[in-house]
Amino acid sequence: MRDSREKASTSGLSARRVFAIARKEFTHVLRDWRSLTLALAIPVMLILLFGYALNLDVKNVPTIVYDASGTPESRDFVRLFGGSTYFTFVDRCDNHRDIARAIDRGRAMVAIVIPTDFAECVNAGRKAEIQVIVDGSDANTGRLVTGYVSAVGLIYYRNLVVKRAEQAGGGAVSMPVSVEHRAWYNPELRSTNNIIPGIIAIVMMVIAAILTSTTVAKEWELGTMEQLISTPVRVQELVVGKLTPFFVIGFLDVTVAVAMGQWIFGVPLRGNAALLFLMAAVFLIGALSTGFMISAMLKTQVLATQIALLSTYLPTLLLSGFVFAIENMPQAIRAITYFVPARYFIAIMRGIYMKGIGLDVMWFNALLLSLWALFMFALANRKLRLKLD
Amino acid sequence: MDAIRTEGLTRRFKDLTAVNRLTVNVKRGEIFGLVGPDGAGKTTTMRMLSAILTPTDGSGWVMGYDIRTECAAVKDRIAYMSQQFGLYTDLTVMENIEFYADLYGVAKKGRRERIDELLNFSYMHPFKRRLAGNLSGGMKQKLQLMCALIHTPEVMLLDEPTNGVDPVSRRDFWRILYRLLSEGVTIFVSTAYLDEAERCNRIGLMHEGELIAQGTPSEVKKLMRGRIIAITSPEARRIAYLLKSELEAVSICIFGDSVHVVTDSPEKTSVSAGKIISESGLSADSIRSIDATLEDVFVSMLGEKRASAGAEDEN
Repeated sequence: MRDSREKASTSGLSARRVFAIARKEFTHVLRDWRSLTLALAIPVMLILLFGYALNLDVKNVPTIVYDASGTPESRDFVRLFGGSTYFTFVDRCDNHRDIARAIDRGRAMVAIVIPTDFAECVNAGRKAEIQVIVDGSDANTGRLVTGYVSAVGLIYYRNLVVKRAEQAGGGAVSMPVSVEHRAWYNPELRSTNNIIPGIIAIVMMVIAAILTSTTVAKEWELGTMEQLISTPVRVQELVVGKLTPFFVIGFLDVTVAVAMGQWIFGVPLRGNAALLFLMAAVFLIGALSTGFMISAMLKTQVLATQIALLSTYLPTLLLSGFVFAIENMPQAIRAITYFVPARYFIAIMRGIYMKGIGLDVMWFNALLLSLWALFMFALANRKLRLKLD
Repeated sequence: MDAIRTEGLTRRFKDLTAVNRLTVNVKRGEIFGLVGPDGAGKTTTMRMLSAILTPTDGSGWVMGYDIRTECAAVKDRIAYMSQQFGLYTDLTVMENIEFYADLYGVAKKGRRERIDELLNFSYMHPFKRRLAGNLSGGMKQKLQLMCALIHTPEVMLLDEPTNGVDPVSRRDFWRILYRLLSEGVTIFVSTAYLDEAERCNRIGLMHEGELIAQGTPSEVKKLMRGRIIAITSPEARRIAYLLKSELEAVSICIFGDSVHVVTDSPEKTSVSAGKIISESGLSADSIRSIDATLEDVFVSMLGEKRASAGAEDEN
């Protein structure tokens, strides 16, 4: 009755077992609308949310003007503000009380006050003082607006000097020194260009880790693990088999994210798309392994999901250089960011997206990212135990 | 070579010793029943023999392979069926079977026939497209047995496979086990049902982590001290209560509507029992001497164990 059937497990790893596990996991995901939503709808939602809400650009700032001078000179000056896309006039007034009220109620963010002696000062060549009041409760916008106002002031000054010189000496005159700034890689300084690559990293890290965080814990909770580990299945087969479907889903998410960046947010991809997807694959392996490891260690779904969310979302959001520039962080915090893998991935993504550079420049980031992915994968294998004790 | 052999197999969980120095051997091709109440250590024993739980002490071999050091070889040769339903409720009957067939490396050639045979034999053919979660308790157990059987194992380790299963499904289940036995498979089954234990070639009685007796069912029955008087009455409970205080006997307990009195002198005991019952105004349908069932043996041995444990405590 004993046949001479070859014992598969004694001859090492079996591709058939890996495939069987992968197919089973796929079926689980496809038959559970919650995991399907998490895998496909949530990433799209997150990208839309971040893409639109996390807009750091300042445009059309509501502005109120108090022109006490009321002269052609002062009107010239005000017109300069109106001509820029950064400011939109909401009102004019003739006293400080109205300014205070407008800013209090949030109707205006900036008030420009031109003094009565503006024209006299300008014509006499004396220093004319313009008062600018900014709503400082939003520090970021306040700082940007202050910069814009100074820039407009400078333009007015330059125009004035040129006009005077022309009147005095005839012929065209140019400024002795002029600062022309040009932002490389992102000439319009659009923050979306910077944000989209970062969002892809966040969404991948969080979704990947959460997706795999239940995969082992669920089997322990439902009691299917006991039956599963009584078969000749190997640790590596279980890890690879269980990660494969989520890798496919994660890759699909990346593709959708890149497509959304391209067509919804108009973020140009300057570099090599193949390199981008290769690096995304490496990052995915690390993120999926992280969730898997947490799942194998904790053995309960709710706890594993929470830990996976906390340990990936916050560090990735705050310490990866996505929102806050790493260069501006205190020394101690900066040291911690070296342990946030998304840091390397975001640097690579921005490099590919905006600078169009390749591995010849970013090899060190790519190396660290790969080492991390390899380490997490090894850890996932190590933490999965096929014993009940 | 024995199919299963253990020497002083022990498993402790913190303060609790779930299995204590278990030494047992199961011959090839026999069906061995591990019998005992809940918490006796049956499941822990099963898990250690399946190489999914590491023993704290002692050793064990399945088909000659060490359950500590040769887990892979053990798992290749066994089919384990956990007490709790361990299959995927969101997969269909067929998907579950195919999954386990792949895990056990069952060749694609001939697999179709093997599955069909199993489905027919367990009367599960009409349900093969049904989700496992929508099966009845008995069908779930049969499905689990099928998944375990898909790779023609050498040793089957079945942990209370008929627990909570209706009588008809239980009969089906045992029919399948007997057929496997005729094919030469060794079966190690645990059960809390003593009528099932009587169907085994040999049994081991387990109590509080220890094996208190082993042998064929008739050998085990002979281990019992005394004879049994069965008193059948609708008022069995009251009679048992009464006899416990008035009658000299080894043990007195209730089995359904009858009271079993274990005694060394059956004639004398039945006369005095009859007298006590009639004097108290109760009535018995019959009072007669019967052959011991495994249940009686079990109860009396547990009684002795408790008595000796009590004596030790007093010292």
